[in-house]
Amino acid sequence: MPKKYHIPLKTANPRYHPIGKYATVEFREDCAGSCRACVKKKCVYGIFKDNHLHMSTMEEPEYLYTCNSCFRCVQECTRGIFSRVINPEYRTLGDEYWRPDIINRLWYQAHTGKIPVSGAGYRGPFVAAGFDSMWTDMSEIVRPTRDGIHGREYINTCFEISRRISPLKFNADLSLVTETLPILEIPIPLMFRLPDKLIINSPIVESAAKAAQTMETFLLIRPEDYSDALLPYARNLLPSITKGNVADHETLIRQSRAVELAFDKNIENTLGNVRDIKPDIVSIVRIPLNADAASRALKISALDVDTLHFCADEHGNELDAEDPRFLKDMIREVHLKLVEGSVRQKINLVFSGGIAMAEHMAKAIICGADGVIVDIPLLIALECRLCYRCQKDLSCPAKIDDTIDPEWGSQRMINLMGAWHSQLIEVMGAMGIREARRLRGEVGRSMWFEDLEKESFSPLFGKRKIAGLK
Amino acid sequence: MKTNDIHFQFPKIVQVPDRFRNPIGKYSIRRNSKCISCGLCAELCPYGVHPRYDDYSKPLRPKDYKCIGFKCKEHDFFCIDRCPEQALTLRRNPILETLGDYRWTAEMLIAHWEMAETGNLPIVDLEYNLGNSGGGFDKIRFKTPNPADYLSLGDDQMDTSILLNKRGDGRPEVINGIPCYGGGMSYGSTALPVMVARARAATLLNTLTCTGEGGYPQDLVPYADHVITQVATGLFGVREETIRFAPMVEFKYAQGAKPGLGGHLLGDKVTPEVAAIRETVVGNALFSPFPFHSVYSVEDHKKHVDWIKEINPSALVSVKVSTPTDVDMVAVGSYYAGAHVVHLDGSYGGTGAAPDIAKKNIAMPIEYAIPKVHRFLQEEGVRDQVCLIASGGIRNALDVAKAIALGADGAVIGTAELVALECVRCGHCESGRGCARGIASTDHELGHMISEEWATQRIVNMYTAWRKQWCEILRQYGMKSIRELIGRSDLLVHLDYLDEEERSNYQPAPQAELII
Repeated sequence: MPKKYHIPLKTANPRYHPIGKYATVEFREDCAGSCRACVKKKCVYGIFKDNHLHMSTMEEPEYLYTCNSCFRCVQECTRGIFSRVINPEYRTLGDEYWRPDIINRLWYQAHTGKIPVSGAGYRGPFVAAGFDSMWTDMSEIVRPTRDGIHGREYINTCFEISRRISPLKFNADLSLVTETLPILEIPIPLMFRLPDKLIINSPIVESAAKAAQTMETFLLIRPEDYSDALLPYARNLLPSITKGNVADHETLIRQSRAVELAFDKNIENTLGNVRDIKPDIVSIVRIPLNADAASRALKISALDVDTLHFCADEHGNELDAEDPRFLKDMIREVHLKLVEGSVRQKINLVFSGGIAMAEHMAKAIICGADGVIVDIPLLIALECRLCYRCQKDLSCPAKIDDTIDPEWGSQRMINLMGAWHSQLIEVMGAMGIREARRLRGEVGRSMWFEDLEKESFSPLFGKRKIAGLK
Repeated sequence: MKTNDIHFQFPKIVQVPDRFRNPIGKYSIRRNSKCISCGLCAELCPYGVHPRYDDYSKPLRPKDYKCIGFKCKEHDFFCIDRCPEQALTLRRNPILETLGDYRWTAEMLIAHWEMAETGNLPIVDLEYNLGNSGGGFDKIRFKTPNPADYLSLGDDQMDTSILLNKRGDGRPEVINGIPCYGGGMSYGSTALPVMVARARAATLLNTLTCTGEGGYPQDLVPYADHVITQVATGLFGVREETIRFAPMVEFKYAQGAKPGLGGHLLGDKVTPEVAAIRETVVGNALFSPFPFHSVYSVEDHKKHVDWIKEINPSALVSVKVSTPTDVDMVAVGSYYAGAHVVHLDGSYGGTGAAPDIAKKNIAMPIEYAIPKVHRFLQEEGVRDQVCLIASGGIRNALDVAKAIALGADGAVIGTAELVALECVRCGHCESGRGCARGIASTDHELGHMISEEWATQRIVNMYTAWRKQWCEILRQYGMKSIRELIGRSDLLVHLDYLDEEERSNYQPAPQAELII
């Protein structure tokens, strides 16, 4: 039996209490004092257990982080001295795109490596902007593509970053005329890249490199972040080079299996220079995801480039636009342009920016990406709170700028990405799709808000008078 | 099962107060130390916010959950203004921001607690018909009715019953007293008293409830006429006798909260009792497979249906499916295989445990699926032969009525019944000792926090209040039976499909940014 792709998950405890949503408030002046029925002793989750310790050392109480909001203490206290508020610190997490609940759930996954599971139904809005305006499909009873009896361990999540030649041509003796290219395959449809706007130091880079190696994927890395400590991980590093510094990084290019080049007008020359150094290197071109992205993609596809990497901003929005479109629609545009140009099969597309949850990976692939590049979640795995204090040269509340242990750091990243992988398999299993590559551009396995409204509601209510979601 | 008394008597209403000492209300009243205990507020308040006893002269903590809030200001019994010492303060209870979510708002939860307590619609100004989700039911409204159509009939003359068997195949024409029945919640996911109470309430209301996929506890046998046996992929507790005494057998192909995935009971909740009834090992997580590995075609499915029909010649068969793109094809396939009830479970439905990614992303919301299937069955010419039941994100009486007007015959209710038992939707049903409020737990202590009598009456009370709302809707449109409402989507409007001017005639969709 062939070796199965396995991600080694292991609990990696947080260094600081993760910031929880609820905080219990006590009006202690109303406390009876000597009450024998104190609800604190009866807490089902035992969150008041070490309460006295916090009191004596005047530390932050632990229960801020572990309250599960059952309201038992609020409702059962004999004097009704308890109330509850939303932890003000929780409100400060992240921003409007990287919402507190996303960050909190990412921490959980980095900690445990498990899929977030909860009881009760979905709690969020009916539909929301971005990826939240589409649903993935599922297969009910009968569908030939169902994985069914084969089980989900047979679901393949590989994707390639090497280009393909097509069609194959054969001689009369059935030998190949065309030379086949080496295949560079990654067992999970994501690669890593550390966000350059947040803290980057050598232990963080090493953690990410180690995680990339364990997961058999790549870490996209700026040449200036290289150090000798990274040598053991060289096979899983993918240097990002620009036109200007190709010549400076000859050794780096030689030791790498793939290289990323920033887009410029003379990309052909830059690519030539790289190929002169190492002819069989897999090349990725990084293109800003703006209005020109699709046409540029079509142009570059004529060159022998393997993969195109489009980067949106950190909220998944189109760059350089007044009224930016979201990643979802941008992926569709680029993908369809290449389909129209009959070159989509030849080249691979990866996207970065705004990939915040496992579902974004699945949905990006449905929209037409081959894979995604994960950036900010890697830092969140290291307990980043996205407070952006580091951008103002202030201290980091989670001390990420301190020397973290790469063993711990990499395990946190592996756990997070492992949980994403499990969730991708859940969604694919539900859809009855056994290959991540078959999911690419398969919009038939998704349902879009606009289409559902039109199909189900237009016959009843007529024409929709409100454009967009609100 | 009663089959012919359409105008059956609703069970008696008994006041069933909160189990806990401090019920949560919309408003909070605080009394400060200036109070001289004159007792004026107790004399004034007709809602009983200020309790006072003859033989105890000190002021007691106000029962502020009964307070009707700022609208009381117009009355001359407004305690805040009348207090001679100005010792009372009234404000919106700040705890509300930590309660509820986009779909079940804090006010909707509190209102349902009140309905379950009193059997009446809430007196306090609570928005219990609309959630904050900004789409689907929350943007659909009933059209302003023509006052001339109004029927002046009492609730006792209105018919809220639905027919479960429309096939005319010689099996019983089961009639439900209300257009709802209880959703499947297994032994293991919920506490035994809760299951028994749901079955007792179903018996009193002349409707049904469902075992879920976790076996058929002996305690349910006295109510067997009103208990659906669920056959799901794990086949836990499915035996010949449990099929034999069921009025209806439900095949669960998929569940809306986790479509395409099997059931999941985390190891912590597999206590010795649960393990015994499911014939498994204590502490081991139980996964039901997905899908039925004996069903890969409609023909296979028909075999399933025939099997049940053979074992129990008087049982109806319900097929519970989720809502993929081709839900209409699935529904019609189920009908041709011989199902009496096609039960669609939309993606925003409840669960005891499901991956968050599945709850949010997989399959379509029920609002889209109902009209799609209704229309398709009509075009096939079989709509009159099948009972179409909707569930998954149907939270209140108005949602039920909207689902019926969109094309369903009735609805299946799960979460709302638990809310009647004071569920706060904290979402921690799945692990550890289970629900801290004793609803979804089989823990040796937590699983016995609820008494069957209390829970039965709470559920009965909630449905009684709901029925008042349904009757009022029917009267407004001059209808006598809820069956006249089926498929009347011409009575509905969707706010996004109206001109601005028309839209201003309807209550806007609540919009608040929540932290979830």
